[in-house]
Amino acid sequence: MTYPDFNKTVTVDQVGIEERCSRFQARSIKKETKVEGLKLALNMIDLTTLEGKDTEGKVRQMCYKAVHLHDVYPGLPTVAAVCVYPTFVKTAKEALKTSGVKVASVATAFPSGQSTRAIKIADTKFAVENGADEVDMVISRGEFLKGNYNFVFDEIAAIKEACGKARLKVIFETGEISTLDNVRKASEIAIYAGADFIKTSTGKISPAATMPVTLVMLEAIRDYYYQTGIMVGMKPAGGISTAKSALHYLIMLRETLGNAWLSNEWFRFGASSLANDVLMQLMKEKTGLYQSADYFSKD
Amino acid sequence: MAKKETPKLDFSKGWGSTFAPAPESTSHIQVKKQYDLFINGKWVKPESGKYFPSINPATEQVISSIAEANEKDVNKAVKAARDAYNKVWSKMPAKERAKYIYRIARTIQERAREFAVIETMDGGKSIRESRDIDVPLAANHFFYYAGWADKLEYAFPNRMPKPLGVAGQIIPWNFPLLMAAWKIAPALATGNTVVLKPAETTSLTALKLAEVIADCGLPEGVVNIVTGAGKTGAALVNHPDIDKIAFTGSTDVGKIIQRSIAGTSKKLTLELGGKAANIIFDDAPINQAVEGIVNGIFFNQGHVCCAGSRLFVQEGIADLVISKLKDRMETLIVGDPMDKNTDIGAINSKEQLSKINDYISIGKNEGAEFYQSSCAIPKKGFFCRPTLFLNASQSHRIVQEEIFGPVLAVQTFRTIEEVIEKANNIPYGLSAGVWTDKGSKIFNLTTKLRAGVVWANTYNKFDPTSPFGGYKESGFGREGGIHGLHSYVKF
Repeated sequence: MTYPDFNKTVTVDQVGIEERCSRFQARSIKKETKVEGLKLALNMIDLTTLEGKDTEGKVRQMCYKAVHLHDVYPGLPTVAAVCVYPTFVKTAKEALKTSGVKVASVATAFPSGQSTRAIKIADTKFAVENGADEVDMVISRGEFLKGNYNFVFDEIAAIKEACGKARLKVIFETGEISTLDNVRKASEIAIYAGADFIKTSTGKISPAATMPVTLVMLEAIRDYYYQTGIMVGMKPAGGISTAKSALHYLIMLRETLGNAWLSNEWFRFGASSLANDVLMQLMKEKTGLYQSADYFSKD
Repeated sequence: MAKKETPKLDFSKGWGSTFAPAPESTSHIQVKKQYDLFINGKWVKPESGKYFPSINPATEQVISSIAEANEKDVNKAVKAARDAYNKVWSKMPAKERAKYIYRIARTIQERAREFAVIETMDGGKSIRESRDIDVPLAANHFFYYAGWADKLEYAFPNRMPKPLGVAGQIIPWNFPLLMAAWKIAPALATGNTVVLKPAETTSLTALKLAEVIADCGLPEGVVNIVTGAGKTGAALVNHPDIDKIAFTGSTDVGKIIQRSIAGTSKKLTLELGGKAANIIFDDAPINQAVEGIVNGIFFNQGHVCCAGSRLFVQEGIADLVISKLKDRMETLIVGDPMDKNTDIGAINSKEQLSKINDYISIGKNEGAEFYQSSCAIPKKGFFCRPTLFLNASQSHRIVQEEIFGPVLAVQTFRTIEEVIEKANNIPYGLSAGVWTDKGSKIFNLTTKLRAGVVWANTYNKFDPTSPFGGYKESGFGREGGIHGLHSYVKF
């Protein structure tokens, strides 16, 4: 493969990106399209708990929810994965057993990424050895902003190697690298370095995922596909908490990358509160009435 | 080395390839079975006794019958406008005039949904566009010019601007309400009275505007609306008591008008056809440029005089851009204009559809490579798939002539000199688009492109504060902004 010069990545026009995003939001999604879209969104969620106060008990409860989203609504899918710190991978793996729900683990000194490469690799290996199916790494934003693109590239490649069979998601923390041109550049670096997924944010920095940022990343994925025919996944994370905005993201995904990406193999929502809002909308479509938030379990 | 095929994306199936219908409600609108002429503040039966049908181009159903004004009707309307000018409008303090114009603007806003739905029914444009673009912009034009009414001395310092008198205004069918606003608002703000003739296929929103004008209590005769086709327009143009003609429409008719008023003291502004170059350089933000191409040519079914109907792509990126454009075209939804998800609505009339189809045959015969998106189109009504002609030549008729439909002629270029020469090598000069990340290149091109409007890294953007108008056979005079006042005053 020939690698591009990361100093000369494709430029992005912010005004154009924002305009395009407003068009996605103008789509009117109703009835069966809405129900189908909401179920698809549920199935793409990475149910996440990434807190200092996390315990095995909390993780087990979340894992039950991952498989039993809302048992009074028959035929609902499970979420795609649960996302936890490396120390809870084992617990999650046991709780999920044969459910088909994957275990994703953040690694590489999440969320700041301020550590040595050796420690980051060890962190990754620990998660994978405990059974993580997916690893969510963070890039070194400091090095990136210094223009040290080769450092970032090499780091991603090294973590990819440490992942073995686990799929690698690369988090840019777009709230810190700030410009859309930077987001585009980071996307290309990560994709060429071997990322299976590119991901917007840790959820610890505001702003987290936004539609413009996600669109820029989807376009980078599309351009790479045009070049190589290889698919890369996308995960916007943090800040998507309503069913309506999830549907807008799906419209954006479909109209940018087409039908092939419309599964949790290639698209995820990193979110903790989104699932309940989607469930509430699904129940509303079914019964015609909005139910109290207390009818939906908060795990 | 063999040329590598770019992988295609698949938009044909799966979630979102079709949407559950999301029709805008039409139950709230009021359209009369028959419309008379609006003369001297009243609805008047036409002297001709004739009415013609107005058709919904998406369903081919008759919505209403519209009065056909003949010479006598036009005489009445001009007389009403003259009397209103002499007795009321020219004597009224400017700040009072402004109040009426503000009132029209606010009423359009209040009745925005009704206007949007009727515009879509009568003209075939998508409800998304009439709701988000046409109607809000029309209201904004009235707001903007209302603000100028009592500040004309500041627009033209030390020149004592005075109104012209009676303005005859003839507007096209592509933006019926918006064009009425473009014409009426500056004319009223500067103290003129108006006789307006809408296009015969799209009279309804102008007649609705007449209702609004009546509701706003505008003095009788200040705005008169006479409906009809070319003959009615000719009667208006040739009327001896008109001080000013403002016309938006085809270059052919524009030339006839210019000939027929030669030797009279009538002032004239013409906003005519176009065949704009949309130029994509290899340093452009390519993904946004593809959006700009789509917005440039497929906006309002391509029924836009400033549509970016000639695409120039720098050779090095041409294959990539075309491949992306084709994929993007697959996501465009063509169909029921009243559905909120429709991107491209109905072609305005049967005549226009057959004109577009004629040009499609011409393009094929000329040897350009024909491409259409694969979307389904309704069986009834007038529809046209988004269309490309690749590898077009400068001497092709599809490159030289205005098609006024969703048909894009694509050419490639190598150097900046070449593209400037080709972009200017056309009888028209209304608008152009430039896509590059380099600011200096934009300024270089804006000084060399002979076009009234040059958009940089965007396309088809309109604002009441910004002047609009053409060079060469695209017309003369400017509408919008402070420049738009100029055509309606004498010093």
